[in-house]
Amino acid sequence: MLRFILRRLLQMVLAFFGTTLIVYALMFAGQGDPIQALAGERPVTAAQRAYLTEKFHLDATGVGGFFYRYFDYLKNLLQGDLGQSLTGRQIGDILAAAWPVTVKLALIAMAVTIVFGVTAGVIAGIRRAGIFDNATLVLTLLVLGIPTIVLAPLAQYLLGVRWQLFPPTAGADPDLYALLLPGIVLGSLSLATALRLTRTSVAENLRADYVRTARSKGLVKRRIVGVHVLRNSLIPVVTFLGVELGNLMSGAIITEGVFNIPGVGFNLFRGIRTEDGPLVVGIVSVLVVVYLVSNLVVDVLYAVLDPRIRYE
Amino acid sequence: MSDFETVAATENQAARRGPSGEPGAPDQVGVPRKPRSLAGDAWRDLRRKPIFWISLFLVVLVAAMAAVPALFTANDPRDCVLSRQHAGPSGGAIFGYDFQGCDTYARAVYGARASLLVGALSALFTGLIALTVGMLAGYFGRWVDALLSRVIDIVLGIPLLLAAIVLLKRVSTSSDNVRLFAVIFVLAVLGWTTAARVVRSSVITAKGQDYVAAARMLGAGNGRIMWRHILPNALAPAIVVLTIALGSFIAAEATLSFLGIGLKAPTISWGIDIDAGRVHMREAATPLVVPSAFLALTVLAFIMLGDAIRDAFDPKLR
Repeated sequence: MLRFILRRLLQMVLAFFGTTLIVYALMFAGQGDPIQALAGERPVTAAQRAYLTEKFHLDATGVGGFFYRYFDYLKNLLQGDLGQSLTGRQIGDILAAAWPVTVKLALIAMAVTIVFGVTAGVIAGIRRAGIFDNATLVLTLLVLGIPTIVLAPLAQYLLGVRWQLFPPTAGADPDLYALLLPGIVLGSLSLATALRLTRTSVAENLRADYVRTARSKGLVKRRIVGVHVLRNSLIPVVTFLGVELGNLMSGAIITEGVFNIPGVGFNLFRGIRTEDGPLVVGIVSVLVVVYLVSNLVVDVLYAVLDPRIRYE
Repeated sequence: MSDFETVAATENQAARRGPSGEPGAPDQVGVPRKPRSLAGDAWRDLRRKPIFWISLFLVVLVAAMAAVPALFTANDPRDCVLSRQHAGPSGGAIFGYDFQGCDTYARAVYGARASLLVGALSALFTGLIALTVGMLAGYFGRWVDALLSRVIDIVLGIPLLLAAIVLLKRVSTSSDNVRLFAVIFVLAVLGWTTAARVVRSSVITAKGQDYVAAARMLGAGNGRIMWRHILPNALAPAIVVLTIALGSFIAAEATLSFLGIGLKAPTISWGIDIDAGRVHMREAATPLVVPSAFLALTVLAFIMLGDAIRDAFDPKLR
């Protein structure tokens, strides 16, 4: 177990360096004259240029200089200093304001997934090959096949503008009701996957030996399904939901952009639109770390939850 | 292969035909009945599935649209007149005009080309990378496998959309063709891992087969064994995975174009049109709905096609 965690941690560190190196190499290393960019239109004196070159090690060309500046960027990232966006705001402040909204949205999506996905999955798994089962299979295929950039604007148009069941956009300080529709759209993808996962898992476990034993002991069906089957079937679902929570927090770019929710994804969306390089890089760097850490936690959780799984 | 004999023995008598074709003829000695291959079985299975034919029809339709868009519409998608802004259907424009006064339907038809081009080329490059990596890792095993598997793990850990945003930001001011190939490059470089794992596992299975040992005894070198004996067996599962991946690559291209970092006008792409239609959805909905429907149906068609083929090739589901 310890060996597995260590190996997984090592892998994550490699992925972290790999991704941040790509981010850094593409965003900073290739740009023109950073000193002139800092000064804008004004002329730079030779003394200022020499001072800045000395300070940021800009004269060190080749591999050494590149890695010096890369580690500088990493150090700032790990200390939480993400620099300023082009509008002059601290990126750290922008993120601090945006995180609570994004977490709220992710939790709503998660609740939708659990309430509808897992329940429907259990029913479909028990009544396998029935009408309900076949209907949910077709529905989930549709949901899995339709991209978010189709689902989000169409839901916004039909439910928000045409039939006016939900507010079409969330605005500056969204309440729970305004976040409900985006939460459903965001959660629909994980809902479909969770449903299929639960269904397969329940259907498989219903044929297991321990279910036969329980039935021959004379237990009522509700107890067999509710206690014996459900407990074993939910292991893969729980781990999947863990991965999804990480994905939902980093993957809400489209949904937040379409519904005008001032979360992390929305700021990234706006950063891309307004060509705000530092903002994009800052947010992407943070999101990559969130994604990697949540994947690590889930992998370890998987090994803890299911004793049949042992990593060597 | 006792399985084959039992299958043959329990098979319907009417299915057996003699050399002259009469039904119910006894098996001829010296003329062994040709056993059906896995692909033959799969094809029999597929032929009866309506979902296979529907998705195949959609795929062929979109491919025709991409190849010869003029067959489907007589209007020029770039012929935009502001005075027709959000005008209703007229002439060949069966879905009316969008905010810029362009024919909504014609734009959707011409948008198929960019989507399919990106999807197909990304799937092709993904396939090449996956086959190479999977073949090397599966065939040589040991440290090659260990190294390549770790590379797969690491690439799998990189979130696609976020990495694509950073990579494509770099070419945001380049010309149309450069951007097109940048999108293909990004999708291929980040999307090959699943297919590579599939290839690797089927290569490992094929490597242990008797015919590989026979080929080696006959003196075939590594290259010949890999190319002539193992590759044909590893190809089928890879193609299934790539069909599904093609659908998701099309969706990814539209998403990137929607965000404004993939393809850009004047290139016509469903993602760009969906974004444009979204902004003006209160005034007119068709410019949003039409490209959305085209995109969703295309992606669904590829995913359903791959799904149906995979089910047909899976003996456990028979």
